[in-house]
Amino acid sequence: MTAITDRQQLAYIAGQAAEARVNVELETEGMLLNIGPQHPATHGTLRIVVQLDGEQVIAADPVCGYMHRGYEKLVEVRKYPQINTLVNRIDWLGHFANEVPFVLAAEQLMEIEAPERAQWIRTILFELSRIANIALFLGDMGVQLGALTPVFFAFRDREHVLNLMEAASGGRFHPNFNRIGGLKDDLPKGWIDETRQAMERIRRFCDELETLLMGNEIFEARTRGIGVIPPEIAQSYGLSGPNLRASGVDWDLRRDVPTPLAWQHVDWKVWTHPDGDSFARYWVRLQETREATRIVDQLLDGLPSGPIMAKVPRIIKVPEGEAWVSTENPLGEMGYYIVSKGDTGPFRVKIRSASFNNISILPWLLKGVYVPDIITILGSLYFILGDIDR
Amino acid sequence: MSSADTEQTAPDETEAAEEEAAPRDEAREALLAELTGLLGDAVVDSHIAPGRELWLRIDTAQWARAAEVLRQAGFTYFCFLSGIDWKPSPFGKSEGGSVAAPGAGEESGDTGAAADAEPEHGYTGGATRFQVFARLHSIKRGIGVILKADVPDDTLAVPSWTPVFAGANWHERETWEMFGIDFPGHPDLRNIYLPTEFEGHPLRKDFPLLSREVKPWPGIVDVEPMPEEEAGDAAAAEGAAEEGDTP
Repeated sequence: MTAITDRQQLAYIAGQAAEARVNVELETEGMLLNIGPQHPATHGTLRIVVQLDGEQVIAADPVCGYMHRGYEKLVEVRKYPQINTLVNRIDWLGHFANEVPFVLAAEQLMEIEAPERAQWIRTILFELSRIANIALFLGDMGVQLGALTPVFFAFRDREHVLNLMEAASGGRFHPNFNRIGGLKDDLPKGWIDETRQAMERIRRFCDELETLLMGNEIFEARTRGIGVIPPEIAQSYGLSGPNLRASGVDWDLRRDVPTPLAWQHVDWKVWTHPDGDSFARYWVRLQETREATRIVDQLLDGLPSGPIMAKVPRIIKVPEGEAWVSTENPLGEMGYYIVSKGDTGPFRVKIRSASFNNISILPWLLKGVYVPDIITILGSLYFILGDIDR
Repeated sequence: MSSADTEQTAPDETEAAEEEAAPRDEAREALLAELTGLLGDAVVDSHIAPGRELWLRIDTAQWARAAEVLRQAGFTYFCFLSGIDWKPSPFGKSEGGSVAAPGAGEESGDTGAAADAEPEHGYTGGATRFQVFARLHSIKRGIGVILKADVPDDTLAVPSWTPVFAGANWHERETWEMFGIDFPGHPDLRNIYLPTEFEGHPLRKDFPLLSREVKPWPGIVDVEPMPEEEAGDAAAAEGAAEEGDTP
C-alpha cells in the first residue's frame, strides 16, 4: 500500500515541478498535444488534449461527446420494449449485458419476475458478453505495447462466443433478446454442447495470452507501476468493475447485491489485485475471463427446465414509481434509474454507464506521466466510446 | 408509502403503524434512522422501497454538507449525479400515443395547455420543477442511498459536490448542460458532450426532440388497433394493461 502512495506522490511532485518549471523559470508555455478524436489508441473518438513539458504531461483534458447520441432524451419518446433495442448499443461489445439491468428495473416496478430458466439463460448470455468484451481488451492491450499477435488471437476466439450469441438470439452484436418478463426464445438445439467447447477454447486463449504477455519483459516494464490508482481515489471518482478491483477493492455486484440472476447458485471467485497499476488491471481482467468461463460451465450443468417467459400484459405499462437497478457489466457498474408515470414509456431514464466514471479520472491520473504511458493507461482503463458518450 | 419526517426519531414504529401488511426492510430502516440522526434537519423527507432502495430528500442549502457527512459515514463510492425535470412534456410522446397525435405538439393550443401543467414529483416529493439526484454506495456495508434535492426555481443553483467527490465533476458538467442547473463551487463548469455554441438544455421537457417533430415516428403503425380492440380502441388501450393476456 505504501508503495502505491509513494509512487503516486512522486508522480504528483513531478507534475508540480514540471508546471513550475514551465510557467515560472523559463516562462515557456509547454506544448499542447492533441490526441484524437481519430487515433488508433482512443478506441473510437475520445479526444485528449494534453499539455506537455518535454515528454511529461502537465495537464490532460479528455474531450468527449463526438459520439453523443442523447439516449436519455430518445428513451423518453419510446416504449419500454423499444428501448431494449437502443440500450444494447451503449457498450457495443458487452451488448447483451446492457439490456439486463434495464429489463430488471422495469420488472421490478411491474413486480413481475422472469421464470427461473430465463434468469439462468440471462446469466449465461451475460457472462458470454463479458467474455466477448474482455477478450478484445486482452488482445488490444498488446497492441498498445507493440505486440500484434494477441489481438489476432482475441479476434479469432471471440468469434466463437459471437457465433453462440448469434445462434441463440439472431444478432451477433445487438441481440435484443431480453423481454420484460423473460426472454424472446429458448436456447436452440445443440447450443449447450457448443458453448462448452467454446468455453474450453476461451480458457486456452487465456493461457496463450498469459504465456505471451505475463512475464514478458517489455510488457512488465511498460505496465508495472504505471497509472497507479489508490482505492480511495478510485471510489471518489466512482470507478467500478475490474478497474476498482485492480486497486484492491473487493467489490463485485454479482456477489454483493441481491439479484434475481443466477450467480448465487454457482461457485466462483472475485479476483482482486493490490497494486492498482496498469498491470493489475490487465491481470484482473484475465482472471475474470477465466472465471466467467467457469460460471458458464456450472450454469450449463444446472440449467433448470421450465418456461422462459412470465405472464405479462400484451401492452406493457409500468406502474408509477422509481427504480434503480445496476449490474456488474464487463466494463463496471452499469445501471438505469427509471422514473415511471404509469405510462407505456418511461418519464425519465438516467443511464449510469461504467466508462463515463472510469474515464473521468484521466485528468488526475495522467498528470505527471510520460507520453508513451498515456496510451498504455488508456488501454488499461478499457473504455468503450458508446459507454462514455451514450 | 412509507415516509418519515425529520421530527420522528423512531421511523420504524410509525411505519409499522401506517401499514402493517407491507414488507419490512430492517437494514434500510436502521440506516434511515442512523442517517437522520447524523444529518439532522437536512433530511426533508425519506422513502423506503423494501428490499430495493432508500431515498432521502436533502435541504438544498445542506446538499454539500450531506455529501461530506455521508462520505464520513462510509458512503465512499460515488455512483452518479444527475437531474430531473418534473414538468410534464408539452410534446407528449410525439408518437400519437395517449397524449398527442403525431405533429400535434407543434400546435400552439396543445402546447399551451400542457405547458401550464404542474410538475408531479416522484418519491419523497418536491417543491420545485427541477431536482438533482445522486446515488452513493458503501462498499463496506453493502448498501446504497439515493439523495435528492430541490433546485430553487429562481437561482437554479445547487452547491457542488466536487470538493467531496472528485467524480462529481463530470456528472455536474453533464447536468449543467442538459438541464441548465448551476453548481456554485464547481471548478470548471463547461459543456462536456455538446458543442460550446449549443443553445438550450436538451433534457428539459420543453426542449423538443426535433427529429420527432419534423417526421412522424415510423413505428406509428404499432398503435393501430388490434382486431379484437375495434369496438373502442381508446377504452381497449386503457384496459389492455389489466387484461393480462400473453402474446
